[in-house]
Amino acid sequence: MSAADYRKLADLFPNETVTHSYVQDIVLPGTDGKPGPGTFALITLDNDLDHTKPTTLGPNTLVELGTALEGLRERAVRGEIVGVGVTGKPHYLVAGADLSAVKSLEKREHGLWMAQLGHDVYATLANLGVPSFAFINGAALGGGLEIALQSTYRTVSTGAGALALPEAFLGLVPGWGGVYILPRLVGPENAVKVMIENPLSNNRTLSGPQAFALGIADALFEPADFLEQSLAWAADVISGDVVPERANAVDPSATGVEARWQAAVAAGRKFVEAKTSGASPAPGKVLDLLEANRTMTAAESAAVECETLAELMQTDEFRCTVYAFLDLVQKRAKRPAGAPDRKLARPVTKVGVVGAGLMAGQLALLFARQLKVPVVLTDIDQARVDKGVAYVHAEVDKLLGKKRLSQDAANRTKALVTGSVSKDAFADADFVIEAVFEELSVKKQVFKEVEAIVSPECILATNTSSLSVTAMAEDLEHPERLVGFHFFNPVAVMPLLEVVRAPRTDDAVLATAFELAKALKKSAVLVKDAAAFVVNRILLRLMGEVTAVFDEGTPAEVADNALRPMGLPMTPFTLLAMVGLPVAQHVQESLHAAFGDRFPVSANLAALIDNNVKALWETAPDGTRAIPASTLELLSFGSSPSTGEQVLRRVQDALAEEIGLMVDEGVVAGPEDVDLCMILGAGWPLFLGGITPYLDRVGASERVNGRRFLAPGVASRPA
Amino acid sequence: MLLPSSGMHPALRLDEELHVSQHGSGASPRTVRDVVFVDGIRTPFGRAGEKGIYAGTRADDLIVKCIRGLLRRNPSLPAERIDEVAVAATTQTGDQGLTLGRTAALLAGLPRTVPGFAIDRMCAGAMTAVTTTAGSIGFGAYDVVIAGGVEHMGHHPMGSGADPNPRFMSERLVDPAALNMGNTAENLHDRFPAITKQRTDAYAVASQDKLAAAYQEGRIQPDLVPVAARKPGQGWTVHSKDEPPRPGTTMADLESLRTPFRAHGRVTAGNAAGLNDGATAAVLASSEAAAELGLPVKMRLVSYAYAGVEPEVMGIGPVPATEKALKNAGLTIDDIGLFEINEAFAVQVLSFLDHYGIADDDPRVNRYGGAIAVGHPLASSGVRLMIQLARQFEEDPSVRYGITTMCVGLGMGGTVIWENPHHPDYSGAPSGQTAATTVSEGATA
Repeated sequence: MSAADYRKLADLFPNETVTHSYVQDIVLPGTDGKPGPGTFALITLDNDLDHTKPTTLGPNTLVELGTALEGLRERAVRGEIVGVGVTGKPHYLVAGADLSAVKSLEKREHGLWMAQLGHDVYATLANLGVPSFAFINGAALGGGLEIALQSTYRTVSTGAGALALPEAFLGLVPGWGGVYILPRLVGPENAVKVMIENPLSNNRTLSGPQAFALGIADALFEPADFLEQSLAWAADVISGDVVPERANAVDPSATGVEARWQAAVAAGRKFVEAKTSGASPAPGKVLDLLEANRTMTAAESAAVECETLAELMQTDEFRCTVYAFLDLVQKRAKRPAGAPDRKLARPVTKVGVVGAGLMAGQLALLFARQLKVPVVLTDIDQARVDKGVAYVHAEVDKLLGKKRLSQDAANRTKALVTGSVSKDAFADADFVIEAVFEELSVKKQVFKEVEAIVSPECILATNTSSLSVTAMAEDLEHPERLVGFHFFNPVAVMPLLEVVRAPRTDDAVLATAFELAKALKKSAVLVKDAAAFVVNRILLRLMGEVTAVFDEGTPAEVADNALRPMGLPMTPFTLLAMVGLPVAQHVQESLHAAFGDRFPVSANLAALIDNNVKALWETAPDGTRAIPASTLELLSFGSSPSTGEQVLRRVQDALAEEIGLMVDEGVVAGPEDVDLCMILGAGWPLFLGGITPYLDRVGASERVNGRRFLAPGVASRPA
Repeated sequence: MLLPSSGMHPALRLDEELHVSQHGSGASPRTVRDVVFVDGIRTPFGRAGEKGIYAGTRADDLIVKCIRGLLRRNPSLPAERIDEVAVAATTQTGDQGLTLGRTAALLAGLPRTVPGFAIDRMCAGAMTAVTTTAGSIGFGAYDVVIAGGVEHMGHHPMGSGADPNPRFMSERLVDPAALNMGNTAENLHDRFPAITKQRTDAYAVASQDKLAAAYQEGRIQPDLVPVAARKPGQGWTVHSKDEPPRPGTTMADLESLRTPFRAHGRVTAGNAAGLNDGATAAVLASSEAAAELGLPVKMRLVSYAYAGVEPEVMGIGPVPATEKALKNAGLTIDDIGLFEINEAFAVQVLSFLDHYGIADDDPRVNRYGGAIAVGHPLASSGVRLMIQLARQFEEDPSVRYGITTMCVGLGMGGTVIWENPHHPDYSGAPSGQTAATTVSEGATA
């Protein structure tokens, strides 16, 4: 079909930000005085907006590109041009398919059209009658990289970043030919790395030099004259003076390739299982396509790719991912709901950390590295202080060793972190955070002492995970200055910060907390002061339910594996062991005190803690897991076991109930904040949409609360 | 005193044996070294303004293309051997600000150990970048330099942002009209009534014709570095030829143009250089370094000079500058076989030619045409003259000496005299040989 035949699809998107296909004729240069090979048509993909608005591929964009390419194909037939190039506006080749447009395709048929439109346009590029070249000047994601893959030759800039086929991460497949071309170009093993491992490893992308090393591009040029050099290279290729070598390319029909192909697919499946428990369909589909297309023609593969795309576009996993990725992580995380005007924020030029333990050390390192202001640790004796400072210095040395910090930066960071046994060192601090024992009286005492030293404007922050910030503020002279600042472990890695507003916390303090979070490169979510805030409350509710069914007599394997269909990053008992049984129990007790029987305190867990058992499971040297007899002896069980399905449903309902209550109590501005917290604070998968779209999908929200969390269409197919 | 005694032909090379000890035995001996022009390159020139090819292109990016082009053309020059990057611009703000030579070096990917600076002598910026660094090469401070200039007159109209001292007016130091170059060209017509509008127009037509012929013969293109530029609504393209030329311009075309500087005046857009965007850069080296690194020698620097004139007739500047440069070199105007004179205005070129009794259409003058046709992005033009002279030297080994000369705003002129290494009597070291091993006949005469 010609691109114009898709006008009907394009007309469904009258508001698309169109990325135009501007065509310029360029007379290619010759070398060594020889005349050049002729006229070259260069397409620039450009939406005429600045670098903050990436170019994307929507239906109108593709129709325009396809029409331009069809015109060039005719010119090639007439012998007017000797080659065609595609490049992008600064920083982008093209960022990829317009996900908002794809997400809003209501009918399967429309999704199929969209898939076919892309394939038809790219097929024109691949069959122009003259060689085509992609000059990858910047980001090329998904359909953007596939434009390059469909070209005959590729150059890439050393300055280009964000080159990837992230479809498996997003809930789709690289179905505009990527899944077919890439394994042939770079080998099946590298293709699995690019299409599966990278997307499922926090959506990792490739740099220009990495893409060149893999064989995705034929030539690598520096940004300062990337396009000029790319064109000179294209001229040499067209003239036959340069023949690109493709060391990693494979012929699928060659001897030995079948075995490599199968091994790569098998390795990919293993990776997917480990990362997602197979809970999202897309990664498996990528591997299905890869496995099948070894013996297919490009056209045969294209037909299957289109069907697969059409199918996946209608899945809730895809829609959840778009919601979680675009609406939450990329937008809401950058503009926290309920944050006061940033103009109210006060400067923070020195930070105090009360305590010199592990958490205090992590906080000190973060503040010193990101804020680059003096940070003072205090503790009750010199030995603890020295140990705390030594920890930070050792961590800085590790970063230096990994070349994450320069020697000068390491020197600077170390010099910023000092220790003192006297809180007098806080006298000129603007922000003092405590990381002492989770005991209200201890924290109140600490703040009383700090308040005696610091200025009346100095902000006091608590990193408590379960205590009442309101209660902590009660006896303060200036209760308006206290704010909750709840980090997640490990502090350097986890992107979430729960900023807790107590009833008397004032706007300037809160605004400062949000600006500080931004400076620390954390995503802050505003939460009301309620026991365990958001992430821990949900995790503990989940772990509490699973512990309860275990205590009731459900076999450990059944209880611990019941949530597999959710694809959470780890099983409940693994999480419990990682958090530490005593810590989990401590928080659970706080929640029990606050909310009663929704958070039961397990006697079995108490028994394990009393006997210093660190984890339920013990892994044998051969990798098998079992609960040791010595542990079982400590436990007592009821006689009402549940099946896996029952456990899953019970947890779904419990989560729906808890989140429903949290939203009603106003702990957060809305279910979207709960989802954002679970994604950033607990690493819950995007294909669950965080959690509430999943609860809506499985019916738990309706069952328990009589209503959905999100309207149909927000993170699911429109009603 | 570094110059040889008057009995010796001073144009001839001052080799390293010619050194002078200073202030008794404690001082180290000082050597005067030959300076050679290794290579020069430039961007295609564009017309300034919204419609021009570089409307969306930064000035510093233009000079970066030149530096990279030079390095690419001279692969035997290790980037870390570049001792200085001197880049001129008349208006040193915005995309021409921030110590251009240094920023251009960093942007071009030169090692961070390579220093750079910015330089300004209005239209003679690049020429001054060359002569200043050449002086330092001769003195022994550098072995290899990059010198060039850039002017994006679309982004930086002449004099933009300048705040002339009111004393110029109150004390009548300079006629305010002299700050407008077009007025100074009209003033030159007043001073030299023999230079008529008919003569300047004829000269301008010839300039266009000569450039068109040079393009036809492929004499311009080899020294242009292609520049990719993007414009809104058009996408990227690559520019590999000059935008300003208007080949086929006739006398009739020029007669119809208005005279914007004076009613019923003589200076028009047709017999003057336009407002342009462009950049140039050259590699200069000591002849020893050129030999050591296997760099080509396209010209040898003989002498240079700058001279001031009344700002109101700045166009006459090349005359005293050339007088001085010839005197420094011990040469006369008759020794000069090729003239590359910047055509800011036809009247100003003709005033120079009349002074020396050279015909308007003398084939030694601007063989490839001049700025009237190709454009004059102020501070970049000096090196364009050198690029063209170097190519003419190669084409015409019968010529031994040539000059590049230009008038300069606020009443100055600059002239550089060069020797052709292709001439049989060339006094410098032949390309690729160590200078110290060669003593020319002239030097021993």
